[in-house]
Amino acid sequence: MTDVAASSTAGAGAGASASASASGTQVVPNDFQTNIQYAEMEYPNPPKMAVQQYSLPPLPYAYNALEPAISEAIMALHHDSHHQAYVTNLNKALASYAGAANIADQIALLPCIRFNGGGHINHALFWRNLAPPSSEDAQNPEASAPNLAAAVRATFGSFDALIDRFSAALNGVQGSGWGWLVRTAVPQGGLRIITTKDQDPVVGEEVPLIGVDVWEHAYYLQYMNARPQYIDAVWTVINWTEAEMRYNHGRDSIFDELLAHMEADP
Amino acid sequence: MASTLLRTTPAIRAALRTPAAKPAAALFGTSFVRSKATLPDLPYDYSALEPYISGKIMELHHSKHHQTYVNGLNTALETVEEAKEKGDFTKAAAQAPLINFHGGGHLNHSLFWENLAPASKEGGGEPSGSLADAIKRDFGSFDTFRKQTNTALAGIQGSGWAWLVQDKTSGTIGLVTRANQDPVTGNLQPLLGIDAWEHAYYLQYENRKAEYFEAIWNVINWKTVASRFEK
Repeated sequence: MTDVAASSTAGAGAGASASASASGTQVVPNDFQTNIQYAEMEYPNPPKMAVQQYSLPPLPYAYNALEPAISEAIMALHHDSHHQAYVTNLNKALASYAGAANIADQIALLPCIRFNGGGHINHALFWRNLAPPSSEDAQNPEASAPNLAAAVRATFGSFDALIDRFSAALNGVQGSGWGWLVRTAVPQGGLRIITTKDQDPVVGEEVPLIGVDVWEHAYYLQYMNARPQYIDAVWTVINWTEAEMRYNHGRDSIFDELLAHMEADP
Repeated sequence: MASTLLRTTPAIRAALRTPAAKPAAALFGTSFVRSKATLPDLPYDYSALEPYISGKIMELHHSKHHQTYVNGLNTALETVEEAKEKGDFTKAAAQAPLINFHGGGHLNHSLFWENLAPASKEGGGEPSGSLADAIKRDFGSFDTFRKQTNTALAGIQGSGWAWLVQDKTSGTIGLVTRANQDPVTGNLQPLLGIDAWEHAYYLQYENRKAEYFEAIWNVINWKTVASRFEK
């Protein structure tokens, strides 16, 4: 630390502060002052940094609002218990990361952050890309998602073809995971269906438009081993208005909007 | 193990299901015998592991989930055979992930059923003899082994299994986890498998999987585990 402080002070150059430094009076430019203080604070007593914490966003509809496609019991457990556990464990992992003594300890925490952070992002996206089956958002994709509908026709031919392809991908997920309709990265990019394992999130350049959870906890109480029946039902509760919004906006604005729902109040 | 999982079926029976796909010469011109995977019977009733694992879970798990792996494996193997006959090796190779998944699911569940037993019979308690000695040698104590197993199970991200395994070279035993239905293969001999897929516990324990991991120790068949160890 002494070295850092010394070199920083020296780095201030032969300016006005040279004599002041020699006398021990801290009349260095503000940025160097900040660096010195930060360096001195970091060891041996780490600063109590404000660690970003996250909170469980409320469901945008009632627990029973997706019936009969997804039962109230599933939604209550899925949201209050499963999603909450990802949030709780993400916050713990981020706090541990901030307090980790070295890079090895930090790296060891990355799988935990990826899994629980992914779980938080994926479920936050999922709740908002679902809507009650009687709603206009769910019933009328052509009207709710005009720009997306044009892209769907261009890529897949029709919504039915999209749903066939998407369903096949979801049924093919081995173990726990998700299926996604994404917009590819290039400007005016096309549509693709991808799957991710466990809680791996879509956080690259692709824009997640619709996510469907095929973890067994997402359907087992109602559909048991009949995953294809759950997948058939989920198409009746897709929020096409939300999908259109995501399609029309860039990745950054979608995550900004999503984060507003995910982050804890300061 | 494998011999109990496979039942030989004359090729003609398999071929007759898709008669249009094969010329008559291929149907009758060979004495080749094709093995098909079949669902093994449970060595106890569906309700026999209650209250630790419900009869409903056991019935679905065995008659639906395991059956689906058996069917998937047979379909994938038939696809390989058909692709091979046509010289379509790209298609044959594309079956590899399906054979791993469904074949692993078949093997894992077959091992699992046998390393469980009703608490009123062989289930529960602690191992004895050379297996107990090995657990003490390699884990320190049975209690430590149990705790480490539950920690490994709880740490599985997504679907998978935890296994007590024996290293075939060194003879030492240890814990490993496997994602999805990846089977324990190679230099490791599986001794005890515990299924951490949600379908193994969700109807009874929902999101409280730690309770399932505690409960299952009451129905571990140490006799089976010991016989795998001593083999």
